[in-house]
Amino acid sequence: MTTAPVPTTVARRFSPRRFSPRRFSPRRFSARGRLRPGLAIAWGVLALLVLAAVWPEALERRPPDHVDVVHALRSPDATYWFGTDQLGRDIYSRVVHGTRLTLLLGVGSVALALVLGTFVSSLAILGGRAVDSLVMRVTDVLLAFPGMLLALLVVAILGPGTGNALIAIGLSTAPGFARLVRGEALAVRESGFVQAAVVLGRPTGAVHRDHLLPNSLPPVLVLATVNIGTAIIAGSSLSFLGLGPEAPAAEWGAMLAEGRDFLDSAWALTVFPGLALTCCVITLNVVGADLRRRFDGRSRDGDR
Amino acid sequence: MSGVLRWLLRRLLSAALVVAGAATVAFAGMALTPGDPVRTLLGTSPATPEVVAEVRADLGYDQPLAVRYARFIGRLCTGDLGDSYQLQEPVGQVLAEQLGPTLELALAGFTLGLAGALLLAVSTAGRRRLPVRAASLFELTTVSAPGFWTGVLLLGLFSFQLRFFPAAGDTGAASLVLPAVTMALSIVGTFSQVLRDAMERALDQPFVLSARARGTGELALRVRHVLRHGLLPLTTLSGWTIGALLSGTVVIETVFSRPGLGRVLAAAITSRDLPVVTGVVVIAAAAFSLLNILVDVVYRIIDPRLRSTLP
Repeated sequence: MTTAPVPTTVARRFSPRRFSPRRFSPRRFSARGRLRPGLAIAWGVLALLVLAAVWPEALERRPPDHVDVVHALRSPDATYWFGTDQLGRDIYSRVVHGTRLTLLLGVGSVALALVLGTFVSSLAILGGRAVDSLVMRVTDVLLAFPGMLLALLVVAILGPGTGNALIAIGLSTAPGFARLVRGEALAVRESGFVQAAVVLGRPTGAVHRDHLLPNSLPPVLVLATVNIGTAIIAGSSLSFLGLGPEAPAAEWGAMLAEGRDFLDSAWALTVFPGLALTCCVITLNVVGADLRRRFDGRSRDGDR
Repeated sequence: MSGVLRWLLRRLLSAALVVAGAATVAFAGMALTPGDPVRTLLGTSPATPEVVAEVRADLGYDQPLAVRYARFIGRLCTGDLGDSYQLQEPVGQVLAEQLGPTLELALAGFTLGLAGALLLAVSTAGRRRLPVRAASLFELTTVSAPGFWTGVLLLGLFSFQLRFFPAAGDTGAASLVLPAVTMALSIVGTFSQVLRDAMERALDQPFVLSARARGTGELALRVRHVLRHGLLPLTTLSGWTIGALLSGTVVIETVFSRPGLGRVLAAAITSRDLPVVTGVVVIAAAAFSLLNILVDVVYRIIDPRLRSTLP
């Protein structure tokens, strides 16, 4: 009953091809280590996104909540790069300011999932057979459940809002992490140095803390970067449905939902927030795949 | 044969466990929810304390938690999902009415997405740089673009600008086109990536060489021999696919103002209509589990190697 979640199969396409005589060429081989142009762009966009999230005032053209009804629903021009919305607010500046919330939802929920997953799997590993089996049964049930539905259920219980949306996505992502951490830790437990530590009489908790966790985390961190894109889509979907950040906040999904009412008159309202969102997710997917290629040694040889 | 039956029985049992788990999580959620369900039910209408108490007793909210849980599970076993707070109708009835349009959308989107992926993968697998690059870019974009954005874009372009399709509602086949395309776009990228990967692996196999040596044409080779191998890994995506379709309906039905389970769920969450939320969750969990079993059965039919080796 365990259907492994497929975080991003994009990663697969961007991982180096497996060796085959037909395709081997010295150029392709050397390209593995180099920063390809697409990757350079992706890292550049990521830097821009981080700047927009940390210091939006550096990129904005006017305050994001500045209402100017006279200039409402303008098409993009030299003054208003992305046009204005129904209240005359500058869409470009709102998109810039929306970066923070969007990234916060994505990164925050994945971080929450990581912490929860690590905690739960530690519990399972240290707690003995009964606890392990109970925890993993529960994880199985949660994994056998579409993530978005779980997130919606959590929002239904907690109510809408930025923090609750973050918790909802984090909770729905956590089971995957729990399973992965546990699997990695169990694999590491069989290796020689852990056995040696056990034989030398190190207490179980210390072995877990000093050897199992640190050595099982790298592949988990790679999964985390790959998951951020998915989490961002989930977060903006929630806010598109009106279950995320509250109204005046500039969040890309919420901006899109507002713009939906002006589809026939002002296309800029929906095009630009969505474009920003898509570029953001593409960037994270490409960067995540690159990280995975560089750090996850095992994914180099084909797929698991 | 008894092995197959035992396997099926075990899978059905674990599916029942998942549904029970989902129901429990949903019930726990309802019990934990801040706020008084009776107040929610009565809405803003002024009610005397006597009326409130009467409604409370009527719904069984005056009973301890364990009793409520037992009653909830008991009713669930008989197919009774309770009454909706907002619509004042049995949840089962509400959801049954909405099931049709949602299945229609999911099925149309899935078929379209699969067809697109087959076309993409068969024409680009194992090819040289340019076509693969173009296909990869398309896949990366569709995987990364959220469904509600592509939906809104299609809606703006084809309904509001060109007026090809109706903008809202469910009025026959024409109103299904854009939602189905949106749904298809959200799954086609992943499908095509996995399919091409598997086909490229199959293209390296000796049987391809022998087929080529016999003089089989490239297209016939790909469609008749390689595609079969490519289809296998797609079945392992089934869990992801069903999840994507389920969550896709929520967003897409909202974008296109289509009737359906997803839109009912979104509305129920906003209005805190918890019986409806619970109903959708339980039904979705059941559908998800049963479909997964079905896929496993199909998997064994497609792949003869698996027929003798039951897990």
